[in-house]
Amino acid sequence: MSGLPPYASTGQRVWYYSFRVICGVIFFFLIAPILVIIPLSFNAENFFTFTPEMLAFDPAGYSTKHYQDFFTNSDWQLALRNSLKIAPVATILSVSLGTLAAIGLSQSHVPFRRAIMAVLISPMIVPLIISATGMYFFYSNPYIPIPFYGKLELPFTLTGTYWGVVLAHAALGIPFVIITVTATLVGFDQSLTRAAANMGAGPVTTFFRVQMPLILPGVVSGGLFAFITSFDEVVVVLFVGSAGQKTLPWQMFTGLREQISPTILAVATILIAVSVALLFVLEMLRRRSERLRGLSPS
Amino acid sequence: MTEVLAADGRPLKASLNRALRRQKLRALALIAPLLIFILVSFVMPIADMLFRSVENEIVSDTLPRTVKALEGWDSSSGEAPGEAVFNALYTDMALATEYKSHTRLGSRLNYELTGVSSLFRKSGRRVKRFDTDVYADAFRDADPAYADPGQWAAWMSDDTVRAAVPVTAATYDAWAKMIVEVDNDDPAKEEPWDFVYTALYNEAVAGASLPVAVDVSGVEPVSLRDQFVEVDKDWLDIDVWQTIKIYAPKYTNGYFLNSVDLLKGPDGAEARPESERIYVVLFIRTMIMSLSIMGMCVLLGYPIAWLLANLRDRTANLLMILVLLPFWTSLLVRTSAWKVLLQQQGVINDVLVWIGLVADDGRLQLINNQTGTIIAMTHILLPFMILPLYSVMKTIPPSYLRAAKSLGATDWTAFWRVYFPQSVPGIGAGCILVFILSIGYYITPELVGGTKGVFISNRIAYHISSSLNWGLAAALGSILLAVVLLLYWVYDKIVGIDNVKLGG
Repeated sequence: MSGLPPYASTGQRVWYYSFRVICGVIFFFLIAPILVIIPLSFNAENFFTFTPEMLAFDPAGYSTKHYQDFFTNSDWQLALRNSLKIAPVATILSVSLGTLAAIGLSQSHVPFRRAIMAVLISPMIVPLIISATGMYFFYSNPYIPIPFYGKLELPFTLTGTYWGVVLAHAALGIPFVIITVTATLVGFDQSLTRAAANMGAGPVTTFFRVQMPLILPGVVSGGLFAFITSFDEVVVVLFVGSAGQKTLPWQMFTGLREQISPTILAVATILIAVSVALLFVLEMLRRRSERLRGLSPS
Repeated sequence: MTEVLAADGRPLKASLNRALRRQKLRALALIAPLLIFILVSFVMPIADMLFRSVENEIVSDTLPRTVKALEGWDSSSGEAPGEAVFNALYTDMALATEYKSHTRLGSRLNYELTGVSSLFRKSGRRVKRFDTDVYADAFRDADPAYADPGQWAAWMSDDTVRAAVPVTAATYDAWAKMIVEVDNDDPAKEEPWDFVYTALYNEAVAGASLPVAVDVSGVEPVSLRDQFVEVDKDWLDIDVWQTIKIYAPKYTNGYFLNSVDLLKGPDGAEARPESERIYVVLFIRTMIMSLSIMGMCVLLGYPIAWLLANLRDRTANLLMILVLLPFWTSLLVRTSAWKVLLQQQGVINDVLVWIGLVADDGRLQLINNQTGTIIAMTHILLPFMILPLYSVMKTIPPSYLRAAKSLGATDWTAFWRVYFPQSVPGIGAGCILVFILSIGYYITPELVGGTKGVFISNRIAYHISSSLNWGLAAALGSILLAVVLLLYWVYDKIVGIDNVKLGG
């Protein structure tokens, strides 16, 4: 659709422009709620709407006091610290295990490939509330049931602990790692590993020196997905975690449900900045991956 | 035909098979750690939930003797059970009170019959003060051996005594176990409690030979039935006993019946009274709202996907940011945005008032109802519709449309007969994806849905954190899971799980 042809009828012209207007409105619907939050977070009052001063662009109507509140309030700071403690560890777990498994899955002869794939993708498909319910029950057991063996007793339970939340978040992030890394591996030329092996490199050297640099963009973007999954996750943390694991989304959730304070808008604006940065990094990675793939013979 | 040999002298076929097997094992070894991790951290929890939706051991664990005694009771007789059942209940209750499990059982049965919880709590408080101490006194007065804890322990390890008074022996064992587990005491140093003497008395009356003969004919029998009825006359209520009897088995379909608004009666499933039916309505509401969200997403997503697929790459990539930014923005950020925008004093109402569309005193109620949920969730799930639609539309050559038009089709016919059918796979994929995601949503309905705009998942969360009816939560979750897995299977048939794309 490269513009209107010169012979377009009036009806076609009207439709052409009204279609663009409709699309504009839908784009507005998509982006406006996110953009509106940003100026509102600089509100000098504790209101959730534009004050007359703000509309008149009076500097007195704007302030950064909600940001100050975020950076000084101990609740919010604890939540931020928890989020930054949980998400990276969960990401490392899911990326390391997920990348290995993705490499295994991309080999030519894998028995039960579909079934294994279905199991590994399932945390993404099962609604969070169900995962949270199951984990809440299961993580409170002080044992792991093992078929044909019985119960493997544990000296601890996972509910309400840091590791419980990390484990749960790692499980939720794994499908994203699997999907992105397997997608990158589709474009990976297996003869490169054979060539490396031919020249005397062991499997470990081959992996780190040949395969890893080539699939790195996929691994990193999978990691970003896993990170954002954990960083953004609230349902499972609400159930599995305890007050000591209160994360940023949890704090926002309780804030929205109970005593809605404009600090939430400041936090939201910061998070929007984080997602813009993430989006940017991902786009860079995608381009790099395409370039790398273009270089490798296929 | 001679066999082809490999370099090491083995048959080539065997050699190849070996290599293949090794390759398979290596692949599996790479996958195994993750598979085990997912099994333990995710699949087992789901299995645990499914198990809990039918598990019901609490009744037979807490009241084992009562459950056994109730087997002989016919609920259609219209009479509360007789003395034997109350005797069993007395022992069970006395033990359960010590383990503090009677309140848990009370709350469990209270889900089925209101009032049981307080009945159990009340009886638990009083059961130690029943008049059965007359039995204990009678035995102790008749022979001091009955007051000697060491003597009791000696009797109870003597097989001939145990064979003579089997019920007493079993009761004593349960008591001794409780003394060790709860009080951390030595049963050989503690005098048995009244309910052990009660068991002994009952057996003595029935003619069992006691370790030291005692004439019990002079002791006035205490009716435990009357004792319990004195605490609360609900113990004569057939419904209470019926509930205990119905929920006695270790596994029950009761939770599932509850979640579809049925009742587990003595003769199978019964309809629940009209006023107590909530779940079927809730399931239907969840479905209808998810369908409307899905419909809205198709309506809004289709033009956008079409525009993106047909624009020049540079422009399309720029506009794609407008789709991807909401996709990447935190769910809570978007939900809080809507919570702020949709309020009565929020931006949308302000703008409407300013334009003059609504009066200042007639501000629209956009939040805490179904409208709020549908608007916010359409916004949140719209990228999940646009992205698959876009990737399908990208593969439709624009020349088809031009060909149709050059053959005389109008714009509409060309779109409807040529372009649209080819985009249907994208619509299907997007619809299933949006539907799957929306029926399990919890956060957004919880925050903007009020009471009318909530989904089944909010009810599940309520049962886990507030009403503590975990079995019912598990049953509701299992039903939801079954629906989602069915849709997932359909999605796999249409799109294939390997083709799930993330972020364009």
